Formats: sequence, C-alpha cells, structure tokens
Amino acid sequence: MATPDTNLSTDQQLELYRSMLLIREFEQAVLASHEKRLVQGPAHTYIGMEASAVGICSALLDDDYLTSTHRGHGHCIARGLDVKRMLAEIFGRATGYCKGKGGSMHIADVSRGMLGADGIVGGGIPIATGAALGCRVRQSSQVVACFFGEGATNQGSFHEAINLAAIRKLPVVFVCENNHWALSAGFEVTTAVANVADRAAAYSIPGHIVDGNDVLAVHTTAVEAVQRARAGDGPSLIENKTYRWEPHSVFNTKDPRPPDEVAEWKARDPIARFRKVLEEQDALSADQDAAIQKAVAALIEEAVEFATNSPEPEPAEAMADIYA
Amino acid sequence: MARTITYSEALNEALHEEMQRDANVFVLGEDIAVLGGLFQVTKDLLDKYGPERVIDTPISEAAIAGAGVGAALAGTRPVIEFQFNDFMTIAMDQIVNHAAKLRYMTGGQAAVPLVMRAAICSGIGMGAQHSQSLEAWFAHVPGLIVIMPSTPYAAKGLLKAAIRNPNPVVFLESRLLYAIKGEVPEGEYLLDIPGSVMVREGGDVTVVATGRMVSVATSAAEEVGRDGTEVEVIDPQTLKPLDTATIIESVKKTGRLVIVNEGSRTCGYAAEIAAIVSEQALDFLDAPIERVTAGDVPMPVAKVLERAVLPGRDDVVGAIGRVLG
Ligand SMILES: Cc1ncc(C[n+]2csc(CCOP(=O)(O)OP(=O)(O)O)c2C)c(N)n1
Repeated sequence: MATPDTNLSTDQQLELYRSMLLIREFEQAVLASHEKRLVQGPAHTYIGMEASAVGICSALLDDDYLTSTHRGHGHCIARGLDVKRMLAEIFGRATGYCKGKGGSMHIADVSRGMLGADGIVGGGIPIATGAALGCRVRQSSQVVACFFGEGATNQGSFHEAINLAAIRKLPVVFVCENNHWALSAGFEVTTAVANVADRAAAYSIPGHIVDGNDVLAVHTTAVEAVQRARAGDGPSLIENKTYRWEPHSVFNTKDPRPPDEVAEWKARDPIARFRKVLEEQDALSADQDAAIQKAVAALIEEAVEFATNSPEPEPAEAMADIYA
Repeated sequence: MARTITYSEALNEALHEEMQRDANVFVLGEDIAVLGGLFQVTKDLLDKYGPERVIDTPISEAAIAGAGVGAALAGTRPVIEFQFNDFMTIAMDQIVNHAAKLRYMTGGQAAVPLVMRAAICSGIGMGAQHSQSLEAWFAHVPGLIVIMPSTPYAAKGLLKAAIRNPNPVVFLESRLLYAIKGEVPEGEYLLDIPGSVMVREGGDVTVVATGRMVSVATSAAEEVGRDGTEVEVIDPQTLKPLDTATIIESVKKTGRLVIVNEGSRTCGYAAEIAAIVSEQALDFLDAPIERVTAGDVPMPVAKVLERAVLPGRDDVVGAIGRVLG
C-alpha cells in the first residue's frame, strides 16, 4: 500500500506516534485504577481507536473547537490536554479539569476549545453545528471537529445538525468513529446503510470512508475536510472504520462481540501498524522507540501519582458553579 | 408461599407473565433483547418470545417513544425501555405532546396503553446526565400515569397492572434497587393504580417517601424509633394519580409531615405533596412541613459531592427532629 502524502515531517509523525501511545497507556492506567477502585463513576476506554483522534486533531489549529463523546479520553489527549488533570477528574478529585464534578464522561478544557465529552449519545452533534455557527457570526476562521460513534448516527440530532450545518455551509468536520458496536448493538442490525459516510449524500456534503486504524490516512482526510470547512465550503462527514478492544465500559463488561472478531481487529493494532510504517521509513530506531515509550510511561506514572494524591473536593463545593 | 427474589427478577417475571398471557404485549428498546437489558430486566425474553416481540432498537429515543405510541394506537400493548430516565428527555415530544394527550384530543376515541420503563440511576457516580430523578416532570403532564415501585413485590405487581392499564404509564425504577431482595408470591397478583402502602405505622410523624427513598425513610424511622419516636411511613407507589386520602388521614393523626423525594427541590414532587396537605389538612399541622430532597444542582460525579447533594438517612432523621421541635 502506498504511503499517503501527508505533508508531515518526521518529527510530526513521531508526535502522532507518541500521542497514540500516550492514549493507550493512559487507558491502561484507567483500567488498572478501576480495579483498585480509584475511578469514580463509569469510564469508556478508547483502546484500539487511537488513530482516529490523533489523525483528526493533528489537522486542527490551536484555536479550533472540538466536541466529544462518552468515550472521550482519546480526543482530550490528542488535543493536548494534561493527563494529570484528566486522571484526577476520572478519580473525582478537586484537581481535575471539572473539579470532580464531571468525571470521565464530561472532561472538558474550554480554554483549549475542547467543549466537553458528553454522556448523551448524539448530544454533541448539534453543539458542534452551533459552535461553527458562532464562529461564522464572529467572522472567525475557526473550525469545529465533531466526534461521535456510529450509534449516535441513528439519533435525530445527527440528521438535524448535519442538515443545518450543510445548508449554512458551516465549518464543521463531522467525524463518525465507527467501531462497529454500540454497546450490545451491532452496526449492521441497527443501521440501514452499509456505511455512515453514505448518508453524506442526503446532505449534499462530501462523505469519506477511511481506514480508521491508519493514522496517516485519517490525518490526510482530515486535512482536506478542515481546509474545505475553513475555506467556507461547508461541512464534511468522515467515517473512521475502527474497533474498540475493551468491553463497552468498566460498568458494562458483559460483551456480546464474537471473540474472533475482537482478535481480528486487535491484529490491526493502529499503533503497531504505524510503528511499522515509521520503521520502514527509517524514521524510528529501536532506541528512539524505547525512549518514546519510556517518556510516555513516565507521564502516566506521574499522572497516577498526581491523581491518587490529589484531595477530594470539599462537600460545600457541590453547590458552586451552577450559574455563571 | 412467598419466595425471595430481586427487584430486577421481579420485573422480569412480570414481563414474562404478561407476554405469556397476551400476545399483543411486546418490548422495545436499546440493548434489551440480546443483552437482556442493561439491568437484566428483559432477560431471556428474546429466547422465549423471539425477535418479533423482543426488539433491540438503534439509539433513537424519539423513535422508540413514538413507535410505542403508534403501536399502542394500533391495538398492541408495548413496553418500551429508556435505560436511564434522563434519556426520556430526548423523547419528550412523543411522551408529552402525544402519548399523554391523544386520548383527550381525540375526544376519547383513541387509547394509548403504553408502558415507558426507565431507571433513576443516582448514587453511583454516573454524573449530571445520568443521575436525574425526573418523576415530577412527568407528574406535571395531564394524561400520564407515574409509578415508582420501591420493593420487588411492588415492582412485579405494579408492572403487571401498568401493562393492563389502558393509559400511558411512566414506570420509574431505581438502579440501586435492582439487586435488592424481597418477598414475592409465586402466583399472579396485581396491585392497585393508584394505591399507596403504609410501610410502617406510627402516631408521632408522617413521612411520605417515593421510590428508593422509601428504604431511606424506613431506616431513618427505625433510628428515631430507638428513642421512642413513632414514625408512620407512607409510600404512594403511584405518584399520579395520587392516593391523597391515606396521606391526609395520617397527617390528621400525627400533625407532622416530612416528605422525602430524590428529585431536585424546586417544583419537585415533594412540593406537590406539601401543597396538597396545606390545602386539605393545614389546621391539623403542629409544625411546618419539611422537605428532604436532592439539592437544586446537577448531580456531581465525585462521591463526596454526590453524597452532599442526594438525600440520605441522616437528612431524614434531621427533618424528623425538626418537625418534632
Ligand atoms: C441518548 C442516550 N441513549 C443511550 C445511552 C446509553 N449508551 C451509552 S453509550 C451507548 C452506545 C453508544 O454507541 P456509539 O455511539 O457507537 O459509541 P461507542 O460506545 O461505540 O464509542 C449507549 C446506548 C446514552 N448514553 N445516551
């Protein structure tokens, strides 16, 4: 397979690799912390889907916006959020991004344009359209990346929000992360089309079907869609075909997926694949790889320590932040 | 002879029995067929009744509700599931503007025998979008019946009665009750809609509690009972229409009222009960009515914060102390 033209320097490619690794290790730490009862509330891990968040977010500028989902840790890390404060939020600590009020499903860093993970399936899609509308009203050239799962595409909010963005040619990149299962529901039995991207035709916008485990392919498509949005030509719908390795969440471990299918997708590990691409380009030596892995492990270790040693919120804090 | 089963098993039995009894009863919702429901309430229904009557849907709450309304109009008795009651907000048009009103708007022609099941999932760190207790929203809408069972016995008898009721019923379960065990008779039984339960009799204070708060209120009653205070605990079971007579009679006897409800305070269900008692038994009150509710705040995830927001046993004990003066 030909390497797509990515316009990424070797250093930028190594950064994509590092970012994917950081997501993977972060999620492993979340799972281990759940076992130790440190996680408060649910947590939905992103393991296996790392190329999607990293490929998309690497096409954004610093002042662009993004909306996320209940499975949002990967989007946050790809956007450059601090893993210490993320983990503290997941542990329900006062030092977390949302002071322990939001937890895993609501991590946000509004200062970085990360408008928030979302516990309502399909809830973030109209918000992305609205953020793009706000950018238009302010006459700014910012773009919004909107992440959602394939399960969300059967909500009315998906249709309403994309149609609205399309008629106003709003600067949104709609990113469907099709990991083939929405809780216990297989994609084929819940969705009348073969590809989510096929639905783009209903809104007269471009639809892209992408190998979501190929970070360069995701990045290349994202660059095109972001350019189109920024140029005022309207939204696109990108469908990253991928898979989650773990059961739905730490609270929902009953997993109806065929073990063969899970194994098949694990063999398409987006991180191992990209490592191979980098090695073949002589962009990553064994020593460099070891150094990156070590640096990532150190960040995670530091995050676990920070979150574990952070204070619980004061009970009185419960009644603060209700109104601006 | 009564056996002991869980709240979840009791609901499951009700569905099995009603689907067995009436071929027009069917279930529809997310993750209910193959998985048997997030909380296992629809367990094994797929094996027994097949995919035509046990239907996994896409994530489409508005369509689930509307399909329930339409199927009810067309002569069946759908039981639809929303997982968390918070997700019913997406289906509010069908629930509020359609299910609740079609009977009346058609001048009594149409009937919507629809059961809408959902869980209140507070107390486990699920956060602001998964921990609400929205019973007051539904009770506010003319045309809906609202039920909150607090025990396995009530869960089974009320769900069966709800399925046979010719009206739209919002049936609110509780995540923290699913694993609770209680006595449930082997044979068939139905409970009254409306119909409240005197959980505990006592002459000093009346405590009205709903859903999961019934056990919280009962344990508070036991606690103050050790000092000789006799608390009467009433569980309305059906919030709308409400069996007001039992509450009024009790307040006339005790002269003191505490209301315990898990929803947020302003315009909550406790306010409605307080208003009814003020209208019908004000002269009998020896102290101001106390409400014990969740705070007027979205539910936080962190345990210490969630505990601060949710009503608990100590809050009820405190309120009982205050009405006793
Ligand atoms: C409106 C709404 N309905 C149902 C749920 C329960 N739920 C949480 S995640 C999920 C599956 C979501 O699937 P998808 O959008 O494909 O994302 P994935 O979990 O696969 O990443 C469901 C049904 C919810 N959170 N919100």
